[in-house]
Amino acid sequence: MTMTLVRRPGLARLRATDRGPLYLASAGFVGLVVAVALLAPWIAPHDPNTVELGNALAAPSGDHLLGVDAAGRDTLSRLVVGARTSLLGPLGVVVFSTLAGGAVGVVAGWRGGWLDSLLSRTTELTLAFPGLLLAILFTSVYGEGLLAPVVALSIAYLPYVARLARSLVLAERERPYVAAYRVQGHSGTDVCLRHVVPNIAPVVLAQCTVNFGYALIDLAGLSFLGLGVPALTPDWGRMVFDGKSAIQSGYPLSAIVPCLVIILTVVAFNVVGEHWADKVAGRNR
Amino acid sequence: MPEPLLEVRGLCRTFGDVRAVDDVTFTLPDGGSLGIVGESGSGKTTTARIVVGLDRADAGHVRVRGQDRTTQPRGRAERLARARQIQMVFQDPYLSLDPRTSVEAVLRETLELHRPGTDPAPRIRELLDQVGLGTRAADALPRELSGGQRQRVAIARALAVEPAVLVLDEAVAALDVSVQAQILNLLADIRDATGVGYLFITHDLGVVRCVTDDVIVMRRGRIVESGRTADVLALPNHAYTRLLMDSVPRPGWDPHAIGAARRALRNDDTPA
Repeated sequence: MTMTLVRRPGLARLRATDRGPLYLASAGFVGLVVAVALLAPWIAPHDPNTVELGNALAAPSGDHLLGVDAAGRDTLSRLVVGARTSLLGPLGVVVFSTLAGGAVGVVAGWRGGWLDSLLSRTTELTLAFPGLLLAILFTSVYGEGLLAPVVALSIAYLPYVARLARSLVLAERERPYVAAYRVQGHSGTDVCLRHVVPNIAPVVLAQCTVNFGYALIDLAGLSFLGLGVPALTPDWGRMVFDGKSAIQSGYPLSAIVPCLVIILTVVAFNVVGEHWADKVAGRNR
Repeated sequence: MPEPLLEVRGLCRTFGDVRAVDDVTFTLPDGGSLGIVGESGSGKTTTARIVVGLDRADAGHVRVRGQDRTTQPRGRAERLARARQIQMVFQDPYLSLDPRTSVEAVLRETLELHRPGTDPAPRIRELLDQVGLGTRAADALPRELSGGQRQRVAIARALAVEPAVLVLDEAVAALDVSVQAQILNLLADIRDATGVGYLFITHDLGVVRCVTDDVIVMRRGRIVESGRTADVLALPNHAYTRLLMDSVPRPGWDPHAIGAARRALRNDDTPA
């Protein structure tokens, strides 16, 4: 059987680093963070909310590997348990914004005409509104909790996904295979749902992974401002907020560790997402 | 007089100021094979797209066995009935198949749409056999197939619903010459076996000579010459047909003379 190989020379350098150390490390880190979040209650060495005031701001020791924060809580345990809220929030944002944004973008791109104008202009209206501001507005109206900022950020991220999906559908619908299915008598909706959507899905999903990183940092930022996650819930952004007074007293560890974890996680998700996006974009068609 | 298989009357289509198709009329008899030749931009592909229903005509009509198919189909039944009238094989077999769909799945989708409730497996084997693909190719994805194999899949897909007319839009243009010959032979065999009518859109006069009974020559959306293929190619009446024939590279071929002839032809058109 003859194989056809189509290579894009411009991507050759990227391809050489196809399974480069950076990607492997990032993928490993993402896997680790997810595993920690899933297994948190079993692997956390201490109760994240147990207060040992006598031990406050203790340096790392055998009992407290990453030290203790100003309120006397074990930093490692808060980090491990905090992975749950810190990942759950962005997950909600990504799932909702992808489903809703994808649906809007696909309908707009596929149907075109006035519906496209209506949907595209409506979603772009939200672009005029900064996502964080929207989230602050939502939390101030609906009070504390993860749901309000997640919904707000989902709405803020929706237009980006919608735009991407729309442009992909616009390119995909001009492909001759779509015309071929129409000639075969398949209805437009059928062709769109069974062929166009699965063909654009990998690109949208790769973009979602990148969005996950951004959502994580936005939500951590909100927690740092004291919005969203309730005060006692372990959360990475909240930990940075709680630890900032300790920095002033010369004990930066309880704030720096969650900062580092946030940054590493965001970078890891971005690297993995970009890698997948490159991969599906350079895919042989 | 019986209804012709395919009848196209007074077809017009403009894009902005450009008259892509201008009063095109032709008929295709039962089991016939009609070639439409012309250079890029002559309106032959637009004609084909209107005939299959991918584009609409500004004026004129397309009839298959007397049934008009110029208007938008109403409802699912009419859409399927029209699909069974005319099928199409596209130019580029690399693009006309969904990259995610295996050969077998492509055929099954179409068969399940048009013949719900019947087991598609025997018909899939029959179709693969008819286009000279083994059942081993059935599980392959398009990217695992060569251009010729892909075009065979596209032909099998078009034949699946047993159409009355098959429109072939530059169906061999993207293939290399030896594969072209195989596909053209295959198409000739299929016509003998099924009696399907061919509408062959091409710029390649060699292809026209091989597989068509009649030919029309299009230029700037208009038909400039038509007749039996053998007669037109032996004694072209219109300067443009002669130009097209002279443009085929061969020993003693003079591109400059062709350029000059093309300019002379263009000057002739300029309204006085």
